[in-house]
Amino acid sequence: MPRLEERCWSCSCSTGVKSKELSSASWIASKTGEMMSIITSVLRQAYVSLYHVQSANLIRRGLVLFAVGVFLALVLYLLQIQRNVVLFPEEVLDTLFSSAWWIPPCCGTAAAVVGLLYPCLDSHLGEPHKFKREWASVMRCIAVFVGINHASAKLDFANNMQLSLTLAALSLGLWWTFDRSRSGFGLGLTTALLATLIMQLLVYNDIYQYTSPEFRYIRSWLPCIFFSGGVTVGNIGRQLAMQFHRV
Amino acid sequence: MTVRERLRQNISAAFYRHGLLCASYPVPIILFTSASILTCCYPLLKLPLPGTGPVEFTTGVRDYSVPSHGTQGDLGERPDWYRGPPVAYIQQVLVKAAVSPWDSSLVPVDVFRSPLGRVFSLLEEIRDHVYTDRSLESLCLQVTDLLPGLRRMQSLLPEHGCLLVSPGNYWQNRRDMFDSDPDILKTVHQHEPKGLHTSATLKDLLFGVPGKSTGVSLYSKKRVVTYTITIALSSYDARFVASLRARLKQLHPSTNCSLREDHMVHVHFKEEIGIAELIPLVTTYIILFAYIYFSTRKIDMVKSKWGLALAAVVTVLSSLLMSVGLCSLFGLTPTLNGGEIFPYLVVVIGLENVLVLTKSVVSTPVDLEVKLRIAQGLSSESWSIMKNMATELVIILIGYFTLVPAIQEFCLFAVVGLVSDFFLQMFFFTTVLSIDIRRMELADLNRRLPAEAGMPPPKPGPLRPREAPPPSRPSPHTITLQAPAFRNLRLPKRLRVVYFLARTRLAQRIIMVGTVIWIGILVYTDPAGLRTYLAAQVSEQSPLGEAGLPPHLGVAPVFPGGDPTSTLNVLPAPEPTPLPENQSQGHGEARSGPAPLTSPQITWGSEDEEVWRRLSFRYWPSLFSYYNITLAKRYISILPVIPVTLHLSPQEAIETRHPQDTQHAPRTSAKTTELQADLTLYKVAALGLFAGVLLVLLLFCLYRVLCPRNYGQNGVQHGRRRRGDLPCDEYGYSPPVSEISPLLLRGHSMDIECLANDGMLLASCCLAGQIRVWDAQTGDCLTVIPNNGYELGFGDYSLLGPEARNASTPIMDNEHPLRRRTTPVRPALFGDQPDLTPLIDTNFGEVPPSQMMPGCGFDFGELVERAYKEHEASPPLPFPPSPPAARQRRRSLGDQSVAPPEQVLLAPWDWDSSVWSMELRGNLIAAGRSSGKLELWDAVEGSLRCCNEDGSSGITALAFLNNRIVAARLNGSLDFFTVDIHKPLGLLQYRGPPGRASLPPSPCYSSEDVISCQLTRSVQCAHQKPITVLRAAAGRVVTGSQDHTVRVYRLEDSCCLFTLQGHAGGITAIYIDQTMVLASGGQDGAICLWDVLTGSRVSHVYGHRGDVTSLVCTTSCVLSSGLDDLICIWDRSTGIKLYSIQQEVGCGASLGVISESLLVTGGQGCVSFWDLNYGDLLQTVYLGQSGEGQPVRQLLVLDNAAIVCDFGSELSLVYVPSVLEKLD
Repeated sequence: MPRLEERCWSCSCSTGVKSKELSSASWIASKTGEMMSIITSVLRQAYVSLYHVQSANLIRRGLVLFAVGVFLALVLYLLQIQRNVVLFPEEVLDTLFSSAWWIPPCCGTAAAVVGLLYPCLDSHLGEPHKFKREWASVMRCIAVFVGINHASAKLDFANNMQLSLTLAALSLGLWWTFDRSRSGFGLGLTTALLATLIMQLLVYNDIYQYTSPEFRYIRSWLPCIFFSGGVTVGNIGRQLAMQFHRV
Repeated sequence: MTVRERLRQNISAAFYRHGLLCASYPVPIILFTSASILTCCYPLLKLPLPGTGPVEFTTGVRDYSVPSHGTQGDLGERPDWYRGPPVAYIQQVLVKAAVSPWDSSLVPVDVFRSPLGRVFSLLEEIRDHVYTDRSLESLCLQVTDLLPGLRRMQSLLPEHGCLLVSPGNYWQNRRDMFDSDPDILKTVHQHEPKGLHTSATLKDLLFGVPGKSTGVSLYSKKRVVTYTITIALSSYDARFVASLRARLKQLHPSTNCSLREDHMVHVHFKEEIGIAELIPLVTTYIILFAYIYFSTRKIDMVKSKWGLALAAVVTVLSSLLMSVGLCSLFGLTPTLNGGEIFPYLVVVIGLENVLVLTKSVVSTPVDLEVKLRIAQGLSSESWSIMKNMATELVIILIGYFTLVPAIQEFCLFAVVGLVSDFFLQMFFFTTVLSIDIRRMELADLNRRLPAEAGMPPPKPGPLRPREAPPPSRPSPHTITLQAPAFRNLRLPKRLRVVYFLARTRLAQRIIMVGTVIWIGILVYTDPAGLRTYLAAQVSEQSPLGEAGLPPHLGVAPVFPGGDPTSTLNVLPAPEPTPLPENQSQGHGEARSGPAPLTSPQITWGSEDEEVWRRLSFRYWPSLFSYYNITLAKRYISILPVIPVTLHLSPQEAIETRHPQDTQHAPRTSAKTTELQADLTLYKVAALGLFAGVLLVLLLFCLYRVLCPRNYGQNGVQHGRRRRGDLPCDEYGYSPPVSEISPLLLRGHSMDIECLANDGMLLASCCLAGQIRVWDAQTGDCLTVIPNNGYELGFGDYSLLGPEARNASTPIMDNEHPLRRRTTPVRPALFGDQPDLTPLIDTNFGEVPPSQMMPGCGFDFGELVERAYKEHEASPPLPFPPSPPAARQRRRSLGDQSVAPPEQVLLAPWDWDSSVWSMELRGNLIAAGRSSGKLELWDAVEGSLRCCNEDGSSGITALAFLNNRIVAARLNGSLDFFTVDIHKPLGLLQYRGPPGRASLPPSPCYSSEDVISCQLTRSVQCAHQKPITVLRAAAGRVVTGSQDHTVRVYRLEDSCCLFTLQGHAGGITAIYIDQTMVLASGGQDGAICLWDVLTGSRVSHVYGHRGDVTSLVCTTSCVLSSGLDDLICIWDRSTGIKLYSIQQEVGCGASLGVISESLLVTGGQGCVSFWDLNYGDLLQTVYLGQSGEGQPVRQLLVLDNAAIVCDFGSELSLVYVPSVLEKLD
């Protein structure tokens, strides 16, 4: 647990330090730090009795989830880039790794946190997730998630309303097909709201700019993507929790 | 509701009939299916091959008008991309120039120097052309900066002006620079990339014709230089173009030119795929393969797992192909990129149905006929399949109403795909499954080839190798190669590995051949593709290879005029050195004489009409991409080419010569050039071969290093050891928050054999026959009922009389310090006996079964004798070897009862009969003895209340429910007893439903009642073989026997309701509870779930290698443990194994469920608590001080969530208070 906490701290801190606007960045860092500490304290309380058994597993699961998050973030970022810049000169990859290098680690951390929170929340609510607990279903879920992103990146919609409605329907379908638990829905919604909020804060404080000039377009798909991402990562996290403890 | 039920019935009946049909006529159905697949796939032949090649559309020039943006599709043949203006109109001027007549005084450089020089005047003409105040400047496509990454091309490509490309760009369109260029070839070649490039090179770009046909080389045979001037126009002005064409034709007439000029070609480019675009695609494919892997991994218990997995994949794939074919048949040409949406389609269609089908068919009873099995399996899953399909269709329908064209198209495809997938599942996969299952049965029956050879190969046609997957018999004619007996041998592992390799190599070959064909077709159908480009590369690189061959310098002068052609195909040194200069200059003149030289002919053919076709299809995209203009999903219009023929006189050629041009001289003959070209090819090939061999060797070494031979075994051992270590380490470091502490109940002198509990009371019986009653709350020992035979001590057994048994008085040993950890003081009566307890090793799980022969039991004689010698005790041990307890108790008991007849003779009373089964209800203990006696004891007072001696066969199992007692005997009979109370006050309170939720231990039977136990009904021969398990709940009595059957009786009238068949071995475990859930496990490792109301089998899974030793059900799971020390947790509704827990050796059967989510298992001296929903190990509680390794053999869960473990001769009481909170 302390290791996880440290990692969260170091990540959020590094995010803050990297950004030039020190005041707002530090504010965000402190806020995220507060949130992280709350989360970790909850986690700590939750696992205090099971401390010894679970810490190693927790770290392993966290690492796996982190890797998954980083990978998915890269893939989705590339998908989104394709929408705006169709031709790829050599520099795009360079800019990808120079300007926004901190995005994949942040996504990874978020994935780890969400993926660990899901099983934890399940066990706390006493509603264990029993729906389709097998890897094939998880793979299907990931594929559908990537497909939703693909659709949002590749398809041309008439207007933003249509785009966000379609995406919302798709995300709800994803949840219904692969999750169907109240806690999953709630946590996905929370994730979506929080992530969108953080995104907006980052943008308003000029820490991060969208490459696309049309800002509304981004705003219309962001929550849906975050929601379905939360559900997907939660699915992976649950499956990992079961897998690692199968002993 | 009724409609639904009726619908359900109808569906399942229809599926049943369909299953019968499929299994009865497999061959015609498979033929029909494959025919329909092929028919549906036929329209696919018309589709273009998937790839990124451009698409063309031709219109006439005369009535051309810019297509409107509107969506009206009035013209049928007009493609839907042909909308709006193109990115650019391309006007090419194809120049063919030659110096004619060819003069022998000319040097090879003259072939292209002066023709290339004419490009500048042509350019000027084109630039200055004006037609009614419209100049090129106003019409052409204006370009801005090059992309920042292309600085090196900045001087070569136009910037900030018209996009006008010609070879003149090499010299910045300046004649003076061209004239002062000493080496044209070097200028042209210095920008060529090294190595192979698939995209268009700069030379292609500027010349506009393939590199080979430019003629700009020193060994060109035709001596005609060809190049194009490419003009990109942003708007189309027909009159301007026509006037330009007329002007150029007038200036440079082409005599024999008959090119068609009435067609305009529009070329549409698809999306380009770069590495960055490829990454998401590859990711989706990886996910797809993972999905397929995880899905097909679940196929189990069939003859050929691989075959069925392949059939499943083939089902999905061919349904996709069918859907594409059908859609294109009805005019819905796919505009989506097939490769991109394909994984999502597979995921949407899914493999689930196929797997569910397999599972359901496999779990039907094995002894049924194949037809019936298929039919039953189909009908049992029919409802869920139909429901799933309806749901998916509804979801897709919703998607269709999003009104986004792309999504609508996807949905359309998905609907057709779903329907065709359903069709294939029902016809194709079911039939394949029936064939597979029939083969399994045939194999099981050891029937060999004749029966199976009659079965034709499952499917003819291209898919056949996939359909006949087992390598041992891919097709009927290979059968003869194998000895018939060969198949019955269990192949050694190594051979199977070899077969596996052979199989995969087959697959590899198929893939390889497919890929090669694919690439070949792609290359072949694209004439301007890779093939010509590669050839051009090789021929162009050959001069570089030639440069390193100075010895050839001296060869040419020796044979000055040998071959006339050789003089023409000479090769320049790219960087001429001063030394050969003199030589070659001298021979340049010497060469002139003897060769009768032909003048080059300029011909125009049909291949010149569209010269851009011979270029790479990436020519236009790469040209435009330099200016950050993408052609992806857009189109350009190519106007008919303007031919220009230039004839130059030798005089002109000589005049434009650069002083250094004459330095280039023949160095080598054409033959060596050809040879060199060939050599380059060979070199490349050899290098590739070498690299391939090296790679294979490396992989082989890696495989040898990384994969030891006993890979699997290591893994298992490692896992087991780690699991064993884990709790100990936990304990060693720091005791966890010890809210759980075991309470030790001591008092038994020997190992505890029977345990019974009634919520608040706990009764235990040890091997010595002593029964103790404990308070389950506090752990106090309430009563001790000694064995009637042994109450006076072991030594005085001969003095035992009948009175001894009747006068059995309870011994209250409250003085026992129960929580003390020291061994209890043995009663003084036993003082003359040695303490034999340490000699008794009851861990029979580790003893090989051969030692447990009937009658002999365990030979304790030596041990006992030694102990007696040490103790100086005279009398021999009177009692027979203790019956093996623990897991093999049932069987060993059956054996042992036959064994000691002499003891019956020795003592007619049953003092030596041991308690085989015990039950506790209220305060009555029912004990069944090996002599067939049923005794009822008062638990509190310890007095014998009633005794029934109606049967003589040993009571192996007891059930005590309400006022009835059911006893199962060794001879397979079942006795029903009624407990009556003759006291008129009727204090007998029916305790209602037994089980966990029972009343507090208020004495139900007062001590003054006269209790009688009457045999109400005896079912003789309830089973053919000894009854092994007896369970009662919910008014039902369930018995399991070694005759492979389970019987369900009604408790009230002891009527047999069902005989459940389905196990292939003796029944070893049964679970039934209030909710009428019945589960049974057998010696075959199978677990069956039954519906008690109808007697039908709900599900059937194979879980264990060996006996199933215990079974527990919760509302969602079934927990089973087996002799393989594995605890498996199954999903109750679907029968899917959720996970399994490896137990320590000998502790497999100790298993209990405390609440819905808490599982407790026993280990070596400890009990472990698991979260049932996740399989998390929550806590391990150690029962002894240092974990001395006594295995927990029995585990009982009490109402108040205390766990009682049979821990050697001690009992441990473990409270789980946290569970109580959770329950509340």
